[in-house]
Amino acid sequence: MFSTSLTASDLLFMLQGAWVTLQLTAAAMLIGTLSGVLCGLLRAALPRASLPLAWVLDVFRSVPLLIQFVLFNSLKSIAGLDISAFAVGCLVLGIYAAAFCSEIVRSGIQAVPANLRRAARSLGMSYWQDLRFVVLPLATRVAFPGWLNLVLSVMKDTALVMWIGIFELLRTSQSVVTRIQEPLLVLCIAGLIYYLMSLMVAQLGNRLEKRWQEND
Amino acid sequence: MIEIDKVHKSFGDLEVVKGVSLTVNKGEVVSIIGGSGSGKSTLLMCINGLEPIQRGSIRVDGTEVHAPGTDLNKLRQKIGIVFQQWNAFPHLTVLENVMLAPRKVLGLSKQDAEAMAVKQLTHVGLADKLKVFPGKLSGGQQQRMAIARALAMSPDYMLFDEATSALDPQLVGEVLDTMRLLAEEGMTMILVTHEIRFARDVSDRVAFFRNGLVHEIGSPDQVIGNPQMAETADFLKSVL
Ligand SMILES: Nc1ncnc2c1ncn2[C@@H]1O[C@H](COP(=O)(O)OP(=O)(O)OP(=O)(O)O)[C@@H](O)[C@H]1O
Ligand SMILES: [Mg+2]
Repeated sequence: MFSTSLTASDLLFMLQGAWVTLQLTAAAMLIGTLSGVLCGLLRAALPRASLPLAWVLDVFRSVPLLIQFVLFNSLKSIAGLDISAFAVGCLVLGIYAAAFCSEIVRSGIQAVPANLRRAARSLGMSYWQDLRFVVLPLATRVAFPGWLNLVLSVMKDTALVMWIGIFELLRTSQSVVTRIQEPLLVLCIAGLIYYLMSLMVAQLGNRLEKRWQEND
Repeated sequence: MIEIDKVHKSFGDLEVVKGVSLTVNKGEVVSIIGGSGSGKSTLLMCINGLEPIQRGSIRVDGTEVHAPGTDLNKLRQKIGIVFQQWNAFPHLTVLENVMLAPRKVLGLSKQDAEAMAVKQLTHVGLADKLKVFPGKLSGGQQQRMAIARALAMSPDYMLFDEATSALDPQLVGEVLDTMRLLAEEGMTMILVTHEIRFARDVSDRVAFFRNGLVHEIGSPDQVIGNPQMAETADFLKSVL
């Protein structure tokens, strides 16, 4: 029969790891979304002047995340910065997310028809009022599915922070594997937890989207 | 009063408006007719400062539209404009579409803005569509909503740029009726239109545009009924 030496406390340990994964994801998406919206707005409003910004973001988008983690972590030691590995993880993931988010936001804004913006301005709305009440609400709908995808991919990318010594879900699972030597079972459970967390995020997103679609 | 004085407007190297002069008095309805690309839409966009001009001047109630110090947001409050495309804000209900600018631009309270919006929507025959999203409206209804949205700012002038051109034929009538109503109420209007019969009916004056210039202008009976210029006659023959 099926027998395992996986204990409840192992499971609990993995769930604690999952909690760290969620925290990392949330923090990274907070940083990534705020700065991504700012950068995206800038890119849409001043495509020429913000070109250097685009180059920088391109670098963060193209260099593999693992390299960014390791480089930043060593930079931290060299510079003698006193910040936790968790903070480094959030920061690097956040910047990485921001680089993607800014593109999502930029294309969302550009998807708002120029006609609508002209109509808003012709009613006497200022540039900012047009942005706030017409462009951003519409751009949000266009950008949202892309943003949701970003959340899901960042959640998976958090697994890479174990290389700088953070005990998130994958790392905790690995140490359980090392102890009980049942990689198949443990990794299946870890995979299931990732899946459930993603499902939760996707469900929340779908509900929002459906509410918008009812109006179209 | 709208005073357009020898206005030149180019897009890059392409000069589109080549020295147009035209004065529209309070209460007057002036129609602009003319072939595609003659600069009609461009001129309307210059009047409310959506497009800059290169030479000449446009004054609205004495305010120089293109002077550096002019507060265009303020000026646009008294110039309503309705475009060929319907331009409803798709994320807002019909009522919210019409309330948005009165609330945010004029700073009306929610109650006042709503009262104004309901009044204007009733005016254009959409009183039963307040809570509906624009995506559920026909083209004609969306265009009437756009008219109500402009009217809710209590403008002194209304500009129409081929407001019925994108509509199915059976929907044109309802929008023209709304415009006719406005004309009868004494609104000062500039209509860019291909509806020659309608222009003849409601206008005090008709201007025929050609190559970025006013080619012929006068009473509807003159310009449409008995054009003096050969090009005007040719154009009318081609559209009637
Ligand atoms: N934003 C723009 N950039 C460059 N060229 C433009 C722009 N807008 C209009 N034009 C050009 O200016 C000319 C006049 O255009 P306009 O839209 O004013 O003509 P119109 O008289 O309104 O014609 P229609 O009856 O087809 O609407 C056209 O040749 C058009 O291609
Ligand atoms: Mg036009």
